[in-house]
Parts: sequence; structure tokens; C-alpha cells
Amino acid sequence: MATITGEIDNTWDDPRQRAPLVTGARTLHDVTDAVCRVVETEVRKTPLAWTVAFAISVSILGMLGLAIGYLFFTGVGVWGVNNPVGWGFAIINFVFWVGIGHAGTLISAILFLFRQYWRTGINRFAEAMTIFAVICALLFPGIHVGRVWLAYYMFPLPNQMGMWPQFRSPLLWDVFAVGTYFTVSLLFWYVGLIPDLASLRDRARTKLRKFLYGLFALGWTGSARHWHRYERAYLILAALATPLVLSVHSVVSFDFAVSQVPGWHTTIFPPYFVAGAIFSGFAMVMTLAIPAREFFGLKNLITMRHLENMNKIMLATGMIVGYAYSTEFFIAWYSGSVYEFFAFKSRALGPYAWAYWTMVTCNVVVPQIFWSKKLRTNIPIMFVASLLINVGMWFERFVIVISSLASDYLPSSWDYYRPTLIDILTLIGSFGLFFTFFLLFMRFLPMVAMAEVKMTMPQAHGHEPHTDGRRPTPEAHA
Amino acid sequence: MSQATLPAPARTAARGAANRPYGVLVEFDSPIDLKVAAEAARDEGFTRWDTHSPFPIHGMERAMGIRMTILPVLVFACGATGMLTGLFLQWWANASDPIAYQFVFEYIPTWFQAFLGYGFLVSGKPYFSLPANIPIIFELTVLFSAIGAVFLMFGINGLPCWNRPIFQCERFRRVTDDRFFLCVEAADPKFDPQRTLRWAESLGGAAVEVLYDRDESDDQPPAIFARVGLFSALLALIPLLIIVMARSSKSESPRWHIIQDMDNQERYKAQQAMPLFADGRSMRPVVAGTVARGAEFLQEDEHFFRGLVDAQLATSFPPRDPTRDEPLIVDDAFLRRGQERFNIVCAQCHGRDGIGQGLVNQRGLELTGDRGGAWVQATNMHDAEPRGRAHGHLFNTITNGIRTMPAYGDRIPERDRWAIVAYVRALQRARNARESDFPPDVLRELEARRP
Repeated sequence: MATITGEIDNTWDDPRQRAPLVTGARTLHDVTDAVCRVVETEVRKTPLAWTVAFAISVSILGMLGLAIGYLFFTGVGVWGVNNPVGWGFAIINFVFWVGIGHAGTLISAILFLFRQYWRTGINRFAEAMTIFAVICALLFPGIHVGRVWLAYYMFPLPNQMGMWPQFRSPLLWDVFAVGTYFTVSLLFWYVGLIPDLASLRDRARTKLRKFLYGLFALGWTGSARHWHRYERAYLILAALATPLVLSVHSVVSFDFAVSQVPGWHTTIFPPYFVAGAIFSGFAMVMTLAIPAREFFGLKNLITMRHLENMNKIMLATGMIVGYAYSTEFFIAWYSGSVYEFFAFKSRALGPYAWAYWTMVTCNVVVPQIFWSKKLRTNIPIMFVASLLINVGMWFERFVIVISSLASDYLPSSWDYYRPTLIDILTLIGSFGLFFTFFLLFMRFLPMVAMAEVKMTMPQAHGHEPHTDGRRPTPEAHA
Repeated sequence: MSQATLPAPARTAARGAANRPYGVLVEFDSPIDLKVAAEAARDEGFTRWDTHSPFPIHGMERAMGIRMTILPVLVFACGATGMLTGLFLQWWANASDPIAYQFVFEYIPTWFQAFLGYGFLVSGKPYFSLPANIPIIFELTVLFSAIGAVFLMFGINGLPCWNRPIFQCERFRRVTDDRFFLCVEAADPKFDPQRTLRWAESLGGAAVEVLYDRDESDDQPPAIFARVGLFSALLALIPLLIIVMARSSKSESPRWHIIQDMDNQERYKAQQAMPLFADGRSMRPVVAGTVARGAEFLQEDEHFFRGLVDAQLATSFPPRDPTRDEPLIVDDAFLRRGQERFNIVCAQCHGRDGIGQGLVNQRGLELTGDRGGAWVQATNMHDAEPRGRAHGHLFNTITNGIRTMPAYGDRIPERDRWAIVAYVRALQRARNARESDFPPDVLRELEARRP
């Protein structure tokens, strides 16, 4: 197997030849091997980095359990919510995590429809990220209802009280939108996994692995007749997930936009939220992909070209978000609405100005570094940038939720919101939940969609690879 | 290229496999070779055959002559079902008018009543407004379509199917890695063991192998799976059985109260015994001389306020009205006030004539009479018993109620209660009037009308 150490620069564009998406001139078998090896590593040989990360994640997850247990036994008074700020960290974290999920669907569905083949290197774990992020998101509306044992009131279940949900409320649309989003993402992910689970089944040495991977591979044989219907189903799922992902964050934004609160009641919210969601999601994909390719030796499958493309998308969506920020201010002024303009003035200059300018710095200023090719192909820099964007996008939701509620129409009811320790532990704990799932996924499921990567290789069309990924010399074309 | 021949039957028997061949498998190194071979198989006229590859091969559908799957049409049907479900669900739950039920309610079976919709009025907006219902209609359309797309794809592909003869082949394990296979099944009408094998060898694959039907006794899952499965299935039935038992039996003990909601707290409730006080009651009686908050009068006049004279039910009207601080005179105006109050408050059950056939009484008898219900016939004021009661007795009954008649003490002021008593007396007198009760001019008029 050709092992390549160090980065191969495949970010060039040459009209005569397509830059390869798998570097190191690898064979089909090398792809299977590189991906499956991670999963097949014996327990004793598990990379230390993984074990340490998993131990930390599980501890944080335990802390989340304690924080939620305390909340259930004591009530939502343990949080910092007050009057008028009735929506605190729970809603901020919900919107943040749902947004993170959106990049996964964008990569798996929208880039699929646009035939962006570079998606194959990153779509599997971007989809996994979606599912785990949506689980984290679903946690918050579940626990913020006060009496959790009555959370089933959100669903249209016939009951002896003759009570139905109010279907014209955006909060109920949320239940359906996020629930559908989770189900469809899970189906999409699982359908994509089936051929790769079959690879693991066929390589399995132990009985347990044979049984478990075999069970979930459903008896896949790679039959052309199956592939035909499989690809059709996959295409349909992509076509369904594309409008779905746009609808989900639009519906989330309706939670705010349909209300009358100044700073929320704006028509720009749906597109602005969707762009922000994709922006934050790509930042999270970067945060996850950079260490994953480093520790698990996947640099030839998740290449510099993949990272650079994602940085370009972040630059674009970051600028859409920045444009939305300025449009909000313009409309607040142009509308002539005193309350609206006051809400935005106090965002930038009021008690939460620190949060606002953190957001603007991280979301608008930081991505501008990606105009430079040198910076957008520099791994440490893009890793730090992705972390900053994650922080900035969390603060965006903080600014929207808190600053609008804290000072609305009546000055007599204004109050300053301070999160409690439990709020902060729950937020940190949700990362524990996310990373526990994600680390388990990286260890036990194929992190890269092998079948799809193979399809994009020249070998799939009966050709030999032209280069190992480096730009061909002019003589090579002669 | 390795040569394969049909193994001798003895060898297959030794392996424990059935004697019957399942098919011929040809292995290729490259997708292009497989595509060429597929074209050959198609042209040969085989029907029960397939190719297997680690990824879908571009153009393979045409090479094999695979026709377009019906899947998209079925998914469209799923989506349409989802859309209609969303539309109907929201209309039914929030907009199907409860008024419509009132005429048919008694014909709706009890079990279905939990499913009835509810007209949800929000800020006076229409019950049904499509724009507000679009998001959920859309989400359910997508949900139904996606579930349909995945599970119908599984269904048409015959997945899951974990036990396939082709999995016996060690070589076939690389089909999910980097090898390409063509398999012609023995079930194909054109299959001939020798001829098809020779044809397969002519394709130029890397290897050719004959597969045999699997012996069913091979590789069965361990028996423990069946036992554990059966045991857990039985365990899973227990909660259901408990629910069915609880639903269909009677119990004297209170219901299970899983979520407490602070319903049960350590405290003394009304009417409970309490050792702390000498009288052993948890409810404390009012201290003597307490005046109720907001009370206008001390209510010291036992006759006027309680209808008692020397602790006996009064047989006369109270001489004074302390609420007005004036004498209470039973005159025409007082009687008319009593008539008005009686017709408003009492006539619903007792009837305007006092014989006890008011509309509420009639309806009460209609609803419960033939089922032995709890409705008690309203008293006929003209019976001997109520006629013989003291004034104070009638006053007390209005104040505190009797049998199914509620207490009206908090709703009718004392003066009006006495006015009603006076009017009831007038009704009773009129019903049983003697000649001497009529004024002379009325009597004369009645005499003139006598036939």
C-alpha cells in the first residue's frame, strides 16, 4: 500500500485534467483498507488520543446527566431564565445544535444533487455529525418544558382530555420539522452506510463482528439490480433532504420571526438562519475533520482540496451572514420603527455589546482570512478559524435570543440575563454528548463512504490514476 | 485464469452441501471487463443473472438491460399520502367543529371520543387557514416520502436477506472491496451445467466457480438466540398484560400515582383527625363572635337571618328587616318581588304554578328516571306536607337546600328569600282557595261566568 506522509497539494485547477480527490495514486483496495483499518484496530491498540478524548467526553456526558437530573428534580428555576428573558440557554443551544447539523445535510444532499464529487470524502462523518448534533438539539426543547413527563403533549396523541396540539404555532412546526429532519437524516446516513457495512462484514475476522456488521448490512451483495434501485432511492432522499434542510432552519427562525418582539419580527430570518446554519455546520465539520484525518491516517481521502473547498464555503456563507447583520440594521433604521431601531442600537451599544462584537469578530472578520489561498490551505490557521466561527455562531444565537428579550417595549420590565452554573454545565455537557457519540462512530463505523469514494476514482472507469495528486508538469501533457 | 470444473458429487456431499448447483460465478478485475461480460450475458438471453460490484458502475443498467425501477412512482404515492395526512390531521385536530358532534355525540362510540377534534380558536382567526398549515403538511410529505423511499427500496431489493448461497464463496468476500462478479443462476431456464460453465470460462474473467445450494442446517444461528428472543418477547408482554388487567378490573385501592406533581404532601386536610387540638379536628371552628370578612351585618336577628324564633322554626314573618332598618311588611309590592324572584330562580324546577313540573325537573326525569338515576322529583308546593311547614322551614330550605336542590343562601338575599316564602304561601292559598278568600267584586264576576 502506498503510504504518503505529509500533505499532497491537490488544490490546483487545470482544464486539461481533473485534480484527483484521492491522493497517493491509490488502488480501490487501498481505500477499503485505509478506512476499515481504523474500525478493525484491536481494542488493545486503540490510539491513545481516542481513548483520552473518549474518557473526557464520557465524563462530560456524566456531568450533563447530573445537571439534567438536578433540573428535573428541582425545576427550571435552576436556570438563569428570568422575566422578561424566558428563553435562555436552552433555546440558544437548541438553535446552535440544529444549525450545526445543517452542514451535514448540505454536503450529503445538496452537493450530491450538484454532482460535487469532493463531497464523498467528507459526507459520511458530516452526516454522522448531523445526527448527533440533532440529538443534542432535541435534548433542549425536551428538558426545557418544565414538567418533562408531559413532553408528550407536543405530539398529536388522542387522549381522554380531548386535547390536541395547536397546529398553527411555530413551536409545534418545530416538533415536526426537527423530528422529520432527524428521521430523514438517520435514514439517509444508514442507507449510505449499507455497502460499507457490507465491506466490514466481508473483512470481519471475529464472530461478533461478522454477526453485527452482517446484521446491519442486511445481506448486501453489491448486485447491479440492487445498486440501480439503491441509487434511485439515494437520489430521491437527496432531493427530499434538500428542501427539508432549508425548511428546518426556516421553521426554527419562525419561532422568533412570527413573534412581535423587536429584533425578532423580521422577514430576513429564514434565509439568514439557513446561511448561518450552513456556516456554523461547516466550521464544525472542519473542527472534526482536521484531527480525524490526522489521527486516523486519512489524509489521502480527506485531502487539502476538501479542506480548501470547505473554507471557500465558509467564506461565502460567512459573508451572507455578515450581509444579513448589516441588512438588519439598515431595515431597523429605514423602517422608522422606534422599537426596532432601539433593539438594534442596544444590540451593538447596549448591555450585550460585548456579545455582539464577539459575534461580529468571529463570524464576519475571521472568515475574511480565507481570501488568501496561503491561509486557507494552512491547517493550524483553518483549525483555529473553525473554532472561532463555532464560538461566533453560538454568540449569534445568544445575541438574538437574549438581547431582544432583555429590553423590549416596556423599560420597566427590562432585566439583565445571567446564566447560572447549571446553564453552563448543560451547554458544556451537550458537547460531551456529541463527542461521545462521535468518537464511538469514528471507532466502530466507517468514517469515509468507501463505495462513494471508489466511484469517483479513475479506476472506477477502468483508467489508471494520472498522478498521485500533485500538479502534473507541463511535459506530462505534451 | 484458473479453470473450474464441476466438482464430483461425493465431494459436495462431504462438505455437507446440497447436490444441486446454485449457479456459476465469474470474477473480474475491472469494472470495464464486467460490463463487457454483462453485455455478453444479456445477449445470451439469460434472465436469472446478476453482476456484483463494490460501487455502482456507470452504464451497467444499459449493459444488463435493467429497466427503470418503479420506485419513484411509489415514493410519489407515499408523498401524496403524507401530504393528505398532514392536511387531514390539522383540519381534524384544530378545525373540525365540535358543534357538529353535538347532534351525533350519543351515536359516537365511547372509544372513539378520544379521537374527536377540537375547534381551536386563536385570536378570533378562522379555524382553518391553509398558510399556517403548510409547514407541517410539507414536513409530513417529506417524512412519508423518505420512509417510503428507503423501505420500498429494501422491499423491492428483497432486503434484508442474510442467508444467500453466494456468500459461501470465499472469493466473493472481495465484492465489497475491489473485485467484480457476474453470476448466472441455475434457476435460469437457459442454464445448462456444462454449457454455461464453458460459456463463463470464455468470458475471460480472473476466476470461475460453481456455487451450490446451501445446506439449510449450515450456519444456523445458535439456539440461544431463539431462547433469549422468546424470553424477551414474553417479558415484553408483561407491561401490556398489566395495562389490560388494570383496564378491565376494579380495585378499591387508589390509582398508581407515578408522577407526584406535589399532589400528596405531608399536611392535615379538611375533615381529618388531628391530635394537636383538644377536639381532635384539623379544621378549626371560628372563634365565637367572628364576623365574616366583608359581612355587612352581624346577623344577630335569628328570625330574619335564619328563620328561627327561640331556636324553633318561625311560624311568622320577621317583624323587622335589619338590612334596611325598617319594618318588614308583607304587602302587594313584597309579594310581586317574591313572584319575580320565584319565577327566575325556583320555577325552573318547581314550575311557575309550584306543582313541581318545571322544565329542568322534566329533563332530569327524562335523563335519569328510567335508569334509576339520582334525580329527585321537585316538590309539589301544594301537597299537604309543604303546606303544613312553618315559614321558617321554607326559608331554611331555600337557604341550605335539600336532597338534589342546592343551597341558595349565597345567591338570594334574606329579604328576597322571605319574599319568595310569602309568594309560595300565596300560591298555596290560591290553589286551595275558598269562596271567602275572593274579594266581593271578583266573586261577583266569577258568579256571572258560571255556566
